Amino acid sequence: MIVELGHFALILALCMATAQAFFGLAGAQMRHTQWMSAVRPAVAGQFVLVALSFACLVYAFEQNDFSVLYVASTSNSELPAIYRFTAVWGAHEGSMLLWMLVHVTWSMAVAAFSKQLPHGLISRVLGVMGLLSVGYALFILLTSNPFERLIPAAADGRDLNPLLQDPAFLIHPPMLYLGYVGMAVPFAFAIAALLEGKLDSAWARWVRPWTNVAWMFLTIGITLGSWWAYYELGWGGWWFWDPSENAPFMPWLVSTALIHSLAVTEKRGLFKSWTLLLAIFPFSLSLLGTFIVRSGLLTSVHSFASDPKRGLFILGFLAICVAGALLLYAWRAPHFRSDAGFAGASRESFILINNALLIVAAAIVLIGTMFPFFIDAFDLPKVSVGEPWFDAMILLPAVPLLVLLAIGMRASWKHADLSKQRLSLTVGITVGVALAILLPAALYGYSSVLTSVGIACGAWIAISALWDPISRWRNGHTVSVAVLGMSIAHLGVAMFVLGVAVTKSYSDDRDITLAPGESAKVGIYDVRFVKIGDAPGPNYDAVEGEVIVEQDGKHIATLHPQKRFYRVQRNVLTEAGILAGWHRHISVSMGESLGGSGAWSMRLMYRPLLRFVWLGAMFMAFGGFVAALDRRYRKVTVRADEPLATSTAPVN
Amino acid sequence: MTTRQRRMVFVALIVLCGGGAAAFGLRAFQENMMYFVTPSDMLSNPDTNNKSFRLGGMVKEGTVKRAEGSLDVKFTVTDMKHDLPVTYTGVLPDLFREGQGVIARGRFVDGAFRAEEVLAKHDENYMPPEVAKRIAAEHGGTMPTAKP
Repeated sequence: MIVELGHFALILALCMATAQAFFGLAGAQMRHTQWMSAVRPAVAGQFVLVALSFACLVYAFEQNDFSVLYVASTSNSELPAIYRFTAVWGAHEGSMLLWMLVHVTWSMAVAAFSKQLPHGLISRVLGVMGLLSVGYALFILLTSNPFERLIPAAADGRDLNPLLQDPAFLIHPPMLYLGYVGMAVPFAFAIAALLEGKLDSAWARWVRPWTNVAWMFLTIGITLGSWWAYYELGWGGWWFWDPSENAPFMPWLVSTALIHSLAVTEKRGLFKSWTLLLAIFPFSLSLLGTFIVRSGLLTSVHSFASDPKRGLFILGFLAICVAGALLLYAWRAPHFRSDAGFAGASRESFILINNALLIVAAAIVLIGTMFPFFIDAFDLPKVSVGEPWFDAMILLPAVPLLVLLAIGMRASWKHADLSKQRLSLTVGITVGVALAILLPAALYGYSSVLTSVGIACGAWIAISALWDPISRWRNGHTVSVAVLGMSIAHLGVAMFVLGVAVTKSYSDDRDITLAPGESAKVGIYDVRFVKIGDAPGPNYDAVEGEVIVEQDGKHIATLHPQKRFYRVQRNVLTEAGILAGWHRHISVSMGESLGGSGAWSMRLMYRPLLRFVWLGAMFMAFGGFVAALDRRYRKVTVRADEPLATSTAPVN
Repeated sequence: MTTRQRRMVFVALIVLCGGGAAAFGLRAFQENMMYFVTPSDMLSNPDTNNKSFRLGGMVKEGTVKRAEGSLDVKFTVTDMKHDLPVTYTGVLPDLFREGQGVIARGRFVDGAFRAEEVLAKHDENYMPPEVAKRIAAEHGGTMPTAKP
């Protein structure tokens, strides 16, 4: 009964979404005030209905209702309660309902925090969000209904994939979806601006906090995915250029470009058409990413059960969104002209280059990811594009981007006098080069030119990022929230680059056999296998090894890697024993038992500075969030049209 | 320089960089692209120039042999028409099992396939679509059922 209630609520939500779309778009087009005032209630109603629908599905899981097909294929009575909750988004149908819930939450937030926006604009924005809701609801109801019944009911469920039975599954998908789906907000704002035929710096000021927050969630989601893959899959990798990793990475790259482009549009009223065009793509790439992962074209941990109907629907939806948006852009973009100019060396030109390089990076990832699909579509022999290709190609835009970042982030608007930066540049480059020499010489040993460049860039960017806040603070000036956010985010980039350079150059992996009592070396550490014993769990049986990590005879840590056998799905999972630390990670995974002597095959992994990779990314996310908190975004009294800012105002 | 001229310079720069990147990319493609092959493909075209391939198929029942106490393992990959022996040194993934689909990345050396990486799938009923399609194609369009 509850299940049918959930289903019905979703159908009602579809109707509500249709109303929202109609009132929003038609109301704004025909300046029908009453229609426009019906939009916010429609958003609220849709939110309540979808939340109710989701709650009903959660209820079915908590009650172990195996007469629901989705519950029976994703859950199990022995599954711990917390994982019964996360199993709601453990497969395609439920995760689409989560997607929709996240979408209406964003719509709700936009409706609530937009009192100062002109009615026409906000109605159009919410109208577009409504159209997207309609698409999602149709998709779920027509091809991916989680409420379908299974008659007769199953005796018990097929259990959640053991790889997903982990606390990280509680946050990674929601965070990722908040980012993916959140990109619909700048998309909606862009469409609204195109429909209105009006774009000013006020528009940019309204869109920026939304874009920043969505970008923050996307950053967190990707970082969590990487971290989780590292400790869950147990084989030491944290980025595989897998299509399912590239899927959120492409919108991330483009939305990073968008964040910077919006800064120019807000500050100087420039790049208007470019920003509009750019705002269409993060969301489009999100849809493409969803298509890749759910269409059955993919062979990966992330591929959902395939059904060509679903793939076709998403593809059609994607085509409509992109084609519609681009047509609208082609029709309306000539309206938006900027008159101001900027010098060859100025913050604007640096951001322009930043955008170009980020787009190139996104294109590289797109080509590498889609190439195998195209080849397959033409029935040519199947190929795959390996990690080395991506690793090599991404350096092309990445290295110039990092070098120019250190200089560009402190450049002035309109005309940058680089001689003013002489001190900071000297200090930055000196520290960078010094560290690039010191780290290999004193700690890790020489690896390659690329490693040194990476270390140098990381240090230089850090110096640059901290220069302004520190010097302003020392002079007793206040640091604006926006500048603080920018500095934190760029500092995050520095940490990320440093982490990647060191961990990729100086990691050590060993596949070895160890009998109890034996030890092996990895990096500068000795790993000794002590013993093995049983360690049963709620829905699995496991053997657990005891492994001691020592350095020069001194005891560093005791690790407990496990080999689990999940009873329902009858498959094996490796839980790595991980020693995490600020300056290095050590990971031990058990392979298999090798017979009589009690020996086991094991993989030992040493990863220096790995934590900085994720910490840097989290700093980026945090910085983006802080920047969105700036007071100018929350000013209530704002005129709809404001004169363009054209002065050489102090860097802000 | 006028705005128009500056724009032309930018465009020219972009075309130049784009062209350079494309050339670099294509060359990198050639070296890093891996073809997917089945045992039949591999055996009928043994001339491989020591290139890396992805070999896909099913692990044949009763063929997984590990040298006692060592990381060396031998197994046979089949596509129901031809068998190809594979050698691998290292830890095998958890879901590697006889009678299940597998993809091994490696090179064809001295009549056997030396794998550098072995990928088994994440679900015991899963067979990689590439593998399933090829096996089905070689059996007249339908998948032979796996032996219990």
